[in-house]
Formats: sequence, C-alpha cells, structure tokens
Amino acid sequence: MSSRLTRSNRAGWAFALPGVGLIAMFIIVPFLFAFGLSLTDQRLVSPNPTQYVGLDNYRNLLSVGLLTLEPERDDAGAVKRDEAGQIEYPRVRSITRSDDFPQYRGMSEWFSWQSGENRKVVLASDVVFWKALTNTFYFVLVVAPLQAALALCLALLINQKLRGINVFRTIYFMPVVVSIVVVSLLWRFIYDGQDGLLNAMIQWASLGALDGHDWLGDPATAMPAIMVMSIWQAVGFHMVIWLAGLQTISPTLYEAAAIEGASKWQAFRFVTWPGLRNTAVLILIVITMQAFALFAQIDVMTKGGPLDSTQTLVFQTVERGYGRQDISGGSTISVLLFLIVLTISVIQRWLTRERR
Amino acid sequence: MAAISPDNHGLRLGLRYLVLVLVALIFALPLLFMVVSSLKPDAQLLGDTSSLRAFLPVGDISLENYTQAFRMAPIRLFVLNSVLVTGLTVALSLLICSLAGFAFVFLNWRGRDLMLSLILATLIVPFETIAIPLLMICSKLPWLGLDGIEWGWLNSYRVQIIPWIADGLTVFLFVQFFKDLPRELIEAARAEGASWWQVYTRIVIPLSGPVIATAAILKFLVMYNQYLWPLIVVQEESYRPVMVGLGYFFQLNTPWGALMAYLTVITAPVLAFYLILQRSFIASIASTGVKG
Repeated sequence: MSSRLTRSNRAGWAFALPGVGLIAMFIIVPFLFAFGLSLTDQRLVSPNPTQYVGLDNYRNLLSVGLLTLEPERDDAGAVKRDEAGQIEYPRVRSITRSDDFPQYRGMSEWFSWQSGENRKVVLASDVVFWKALTNTFYFVLVVAPLQAALALCLALLINQKLRGINVFRTIYFMPVVVSIVVVSLLWRFIYDGQDGLLNAMIQWASLGALDGHDWLGDPATAMPAIMVMSIWQAVGFHMVIWLAGLQTISPTLYEAAAIEGASKWQAFRFVTWPGLRNTAVLILIVITMQAFALFAQIDVMTKGGPLDSTQTLVFQTVERGYGRQDISGGSTISVLLFLIVLTISVIQRWLTRERR
Repeated sequence: MAAISPDNHGLRLGLRYLVLVLVALIFALPLLFMVVSSLKPDAQLLGDTSSLRAFLPVGDISLENYTQAFRMAPIRLFVLNSVLVTGLTVALSLLICSLAGFAFVFLNWRGRDLMLSLILATLIVPFETIAIPLLMICSKLPWLGLDGIEWGWLNSYRVQIIPWIADGLTVFLFVQFFKDLPRELIEAARAEGASWWQVYTRIVIPLSGPVIATAAILKFLVMYNQYLWPLIVVQEESYRPVMVGLGYFFQLNTPWGALMAYLTVITAPVLAFYLILQRSFIASIASTGVKG
C-alpha cells in the first residue's frame, strides 16, 4: 500500500488505536496467555498460589502406552477360559495400579484388540481427551468434504437461469441465519427415540415395518446424527461462497467450450472446476475451522454422551476450563486444538498451492 | 448450453423444478414444523408426527404454548438483553473497525504494516481456542463503576459486548472496501484543508454503505446467536441472552409445545430480518469469500 499521502503518525495511531487495542487485548493476549497458562496449574478461583508445572499438563493429556496381556494359565500351563469359553486375562487395573509397572501408573484402557492368544490394550492417561480428539477428527473428516461437495451441488443447482430461482436460493440459505442452538433443540425432537419426527416418518414410509431408533441415545448413531444436522444447518453458507466463485467465471469460456462441442461434464471439468480453485481452497479451510469448533450441538444434544461417543475437543475445553474451573487444563486443550487447526490449514494450503 | 429440442423442453424444465422443490423441502420442513408445532397442544403435536399433519396448522390451534413459554422463562428479559448486547456491539464495531480500516488504508504511520499483519493473523485463531484464557482475563479486569473501582467483569453486559467489538474480519472488510475508493477524492479534500476526521465523516463514510451493511449483518448474526461465551461468563439470570436462556427447556420431560413456541419467538425476528434483506445477507456471506 504505497501512499503519496504525507506521514501522519499521530492521526494514524489515533484512528487505529481503539480497534488495534481491543484486538490485542481480547484476541492476541488471550491467545498468548493460553500457551502460558498451559504450563501452570492455574484454576479460576483458588486459595493456593499458581505454580509453573512445565509440560505436565501436556504429559497428562497425551501419554499413551501399549500393553500386551498374556492369557492366564493354570499350573499345567494350559490357557484358562471362563464359563463362556473366553480366554481369561489379568485385569488391566491390576497392572495400572501395580508398583511393578510405573510407566502405566494412573492410566486406563482406551481400546484393545485380540492378537493371537494375547490381547493388546492401548492405555491412555486421559481416555476422555483421546476420545474427544478422535471424535473431532471423525467429525471433521466426514463433514468437511461432504459439506463442501453438497454445497457445490446446491450452488450449481441454484446457478441456473430459471424464473423464481431466487426463491429457492433464499430457502436453501435460511437455516444459516437460524442459531445452531435453536437448530439443535429442534432436531432433538426430530431425533427423539420415542416421539421423534424422524422415527414417525420412517415408520410411516415403511408401513410400520421398521421400528424406531434412539438416534442420539446410541453411541453408533449419535455422532452421525449430529453430522447430518450440522451439514443441514451450514451448507447454505458455503453454497453462497461457491456461488460467488461460479459467478466470477467468464461466460465467454462456456461459449468457447460449447463451440468446441464440449459436453456438460467436460464444461464442468475443464472450465468450471479450474475456475473454482481459489474458492475451493477457501471453502475447505473455512469448513475445517468451523468443524473443529464443534461445541453447541454437543452441549445442547448429548453433553458428550452416550459413552463419550460425542465428546469433542471444544466441549472438553469448556467442561474443564469452565465446568471444573481447571483453567490450565482447558487452556492446554485449546493450545493443542489451535496447533491442529494451524497445521491442517498449512497442509491444505500446501496441497492446493498454485503449481507453476 | 446445448440446444434443447422444443418437444422435451417442457419436461426437462419440469424436472429441474421438481429437483429444486424437493431440495427446498429438506431445508424448509424442519423450520415449518417448528412454527406449526408451537401452535398445537403437546398431545396433538406428538400424535401428528406420523402424518403430513405434522407440517400443517390443523386441529386444536392456539397460542397457549406461547403463554406457557412466557410463564416458564423470563423471555422478555432475555430478548431485551440480546437486543441490547447485539445492538451496542454492532454499532461500536462499525465505528471502531471502520476507523481502524481508514487508518490502515489512508494514513501513513509508523507500525502500520506490522499492525495490519498482526490483525490479519488473528483470522486463523478460532474463538473457541481463546475462550478459556479470555474467561480468566475477564474475571480479573477492573471496571470503574459508580461505587469506585470493582474487579472482575463476569455477570455484566460489558463482558458480552467489549471483547466482541473489534475483530480481524470486520477490519479486513473495511480495508478491502476502502482500498477501492478513489484516492484523488481524499487527496483533494486534504488539499483544501479538511482534517482527517472530516475526510472520514464527510467523504469516506457516506460512500461506505455496502461494506457497512455487510459488516453489520455478519456481526448481527454472530452476536444474536452467541452461545458459548455468555454460557461461561454470565451466571446471573438478569444478564442472560436468548440462546443461553433456552437452558430452561433442557429438562427430562421436555414441554415440546412451549419449547417450539420459545424457539419460534427468538428465531422469528432473525428470519423476518433475513427475508426482508435477503439480498444483502447473501451478499455479505459471499463477500467473506473474496479473500481467497
């Protein structure tokens, strides 16, 4: 921004200071503060002075261990089995509480699998955190591509020159302006196991052949149900951004393609898609950032349950930092979340960089 | 677009509209269900779900649920709080962020480029990652009240307003818009002896209608729909905004009709606003996408 205007330090700072000051105070300082707090044992209200604890918070969150359990054997060396014929193993708790294995102390079982006669158990010192982390990735990896693709389909649908098309655009975008809290409460009724609208519709459509399902009460379907609802609410937002991208593509390119005899698919593949490159990068980054921030849906619909199947990083941040007043614990998860978001947007930018 | 033979033109057009309508139903029906259900007694509401009656205002229609919802929760207070917080934040944000944008584009001052890069860098920091340290900071901040200095901002309007006034996106929108304004206009005014404040109020702001609309709409949506932040900084009912006030209905035997009435009451103003200004709403969202 080269300017021929003369230098005006005083006016410049006077105009910029309120904005710059507020952003520094309420965005940049808390952001830096998060790193500092994550190295302490700060609580919201505490009689004890705050202490520097180094990387303890990170260690407590991230420590994992792999344990191989060998079957219990009787005196003759044969594998012991219970009444159902299942192999018996020593209890995980007997190891995590034993002085013989200090490296596993305080950990508990995250998941396990069978490997021959042995059972492999992955232990974590903070199982809920790991579940929150994997659930968040599950949500992002499903929602980001799916929502981006559906939004593009909607944008192409709405980009036709038809009478009344604006009415449809208005309707598709409508859920975006409705609060996600309102949407979550509304969909709680739709998903309800007893009186839910979805179950009633399924029973009606299948003439009573299919029974209802408690969508949010089943660990296998709770997260997918939240994904569907989240996409329903936000897809119009990204549709509009795709649409803006579509409208920057010059019509002469389509005319040229038509003259060359290109099919509709070819026109999309060789004119539309290359023209949407920058839009695609932006949309992917925006959706990813929004998806990592998953909180309100969880807080309103499931509180992280059933069986921690909908725990997410932001939900854990709030539950610890606010719910348990454990500011340092919440800040530690915040820092990790930020590092993840940063890494992913750097990778996305690198993967989609302009190739020369 | 390939030439369409006249005989199947009508059919193809019909199919296109069919697809458009089916997709529209997916987005409209849940919201229609919300409004319609708010008019029905619970027993009928639950019975109607098994047929298309779920989406029609038929049967025993009344405003009874609204009366009940207003009895169950101080909705008037919550709406007033939300309107106050949203209105003040939007107004202050427009003023302060446009001033900053003005300084970044038209004024030449030491530290300008560094400050601008710093502000743009905040765009990659999701609010959710600073919420907890910000809660910590706001719990300790001083405030000069009527009875002298008090400590801690929790449970107040200011904690809901002040941290949200300035943000990177709003400043960025103003910077982008101001860059495209004709500089000659400003230089001419300066040559005639206008102060910077006069340039800002008399030349730049009157030309900034579109960006003001965009910034106001985006801020309005964020502020009216606030949830996480007021949830953690406001415990007292007297400062609670509408979305947190919904907590009254998070109970085991949900009174569905009254809940739908509350949802309708707090959503109707936003939807009405959107339907009236839909072009500006959509243009605002689209303009956030130009930065790619």
